[in-house]
Amino acid sequence: MADLHVELVAADRNVWSGEATMVVARTMSGDIGIMANHEPLLGVLRSGPVTIRTNDGGTVIVAVHGGFISFADNKLSILAEIAELADEIDVDRAERALQAAKSEADAGAERRAEVRLAAAAGTH
Amino acid sequence: MGAQIRVYKRRIRSVSATKKITKAMEMIAASRIVKAQRQVAASSPYADELTRAVTAVATGSNTKHPLTTEAENPTRAALLLVTSDRGLAGGYSSNAIKAADRLTERLRAEGKEVLPYVIGRKGLAYYSFRDRDVVDSWTGFSDSPQYANAKAVAAPLIEALTTDTAEGGVDELHIVFTEFVSMMTQTPVGRRLLPLSLEDAGTAGEEAAAERKKGEALPLFEFEPSAEGVLDALLPRYVESRIYNALLQAAASEHAARRRAMKSATDNAEDLIKSLTRLANAARQADITQEISEIVGGASALADANAGSD
Repeated sequence: MADLHVELVAADRNVWSGEATMVVARTMSGDIGIMANHEPLLGVLRSGPVTIRTNDGGTVIVAVHGGFISFADNKLSILAEIAELADEIDVDRAERALQAAKSEADAGAERRAEVRLAAAAGTH
Repeated sequence: MGAQIRVYKRRIRSVSATKKITKAMEMIAASRIVKAQRQVAASSPYADELTRAVTAVATGSNTKHPLTTEAENPTRAALLLVTSDRGLAGGYSSNAIKAADRLTERLRAEGKEVLPYVIGRKGLAYYSFRDRDVVDSWTGFSDSPQYANAKAVAAPLIEALTTDTAEGGVDELHIVFTEFVSMMTQTPVGRRLLPLSLEDAGTAGEEAAAERKKGEALPLFEFEPSAEGVLDALLPRYVESRIYNALLQAAASEHAARRRAMKSATDNAEDLIKSLTRLANAARQADITQEISEIVGGASALADANAGSD
């Protein structure tokens, strides 16, 4: 099966790049799964975990906070303002952030913390 | 010790102290250039991909958006000027300010009202000293800008752009910053960010424009949720990323300019110490010569007196 090349970049760094068989991301109108030879697409992402199934059978989960997904010529780019690999996420810190956000009723921060935790939980 | 030597010694001491400071500043700036350059490099994949996406929407759809279409009769332009917070960087800030003044004049000649937005304490001081109005200003992050800073700067600019011109909005957005060409060369440049002109949207934009000229159409994109929706979300990010890139380049240029200024200050201090040491040596030698001639003169006077008494 054909693979697609994925570039996941945050505003200040290159987070992940490599070959993948499928990428699942959450757009404004719902989750979307992209495999090789998908038609060219440009979508707005919601905060949520992005799952990348690599061509060697592994799975990479990234917490993405806002951004875009663009696919053309079997090249997929995910542009995120903030992106964190699941392995990099500090679960304790994210939980603390979630509590703080809940107590301050900061919906945006709460959502970000939830996405982080969901992404971190996905790897275990 | 003669009074003259003491004066020279004191000056040598003070120049050496200054030299130590400028040398330290030179080394700090040199190490920060590398860091700033790395940040520029790290931010470029995002900027390039974003530019490609914007180009794809702008060329692949017939969507009209206030941020991409040129106003028929532009009357107001926002000008974002990037300067440093601290001095001791040679002509860094004043060159950027001069470039901004030139651009302002040009825009005025075209019949546009210019609304300045200023980043950096030096630029702000220049404008407030001359009693010029500044719409908004930001200070405190010129030497190590974060993406959040770029976001904060971009927010009011995007708001002004989306507002109708009659209600205090602007038609165009220009940015003046110092481009980091190399360690030795940094040039202040003025660019128009919006409305989008694909020719100067960086390398990705150029490629896309070239492809278009060749007649090879860009792939037809499916937009999620819609072309308008994507463009609405994309353009603010595009402005932010452009401003972020400009801030990072300006920071790298600032450190490079400071390193160069401090290097020449250190060199000058070295020259000064050298010539002062020569003067001090000459003064010491003169003292010694004078002492010897006094002793010899005294001795011969004594000898003459003794010979006279014999």
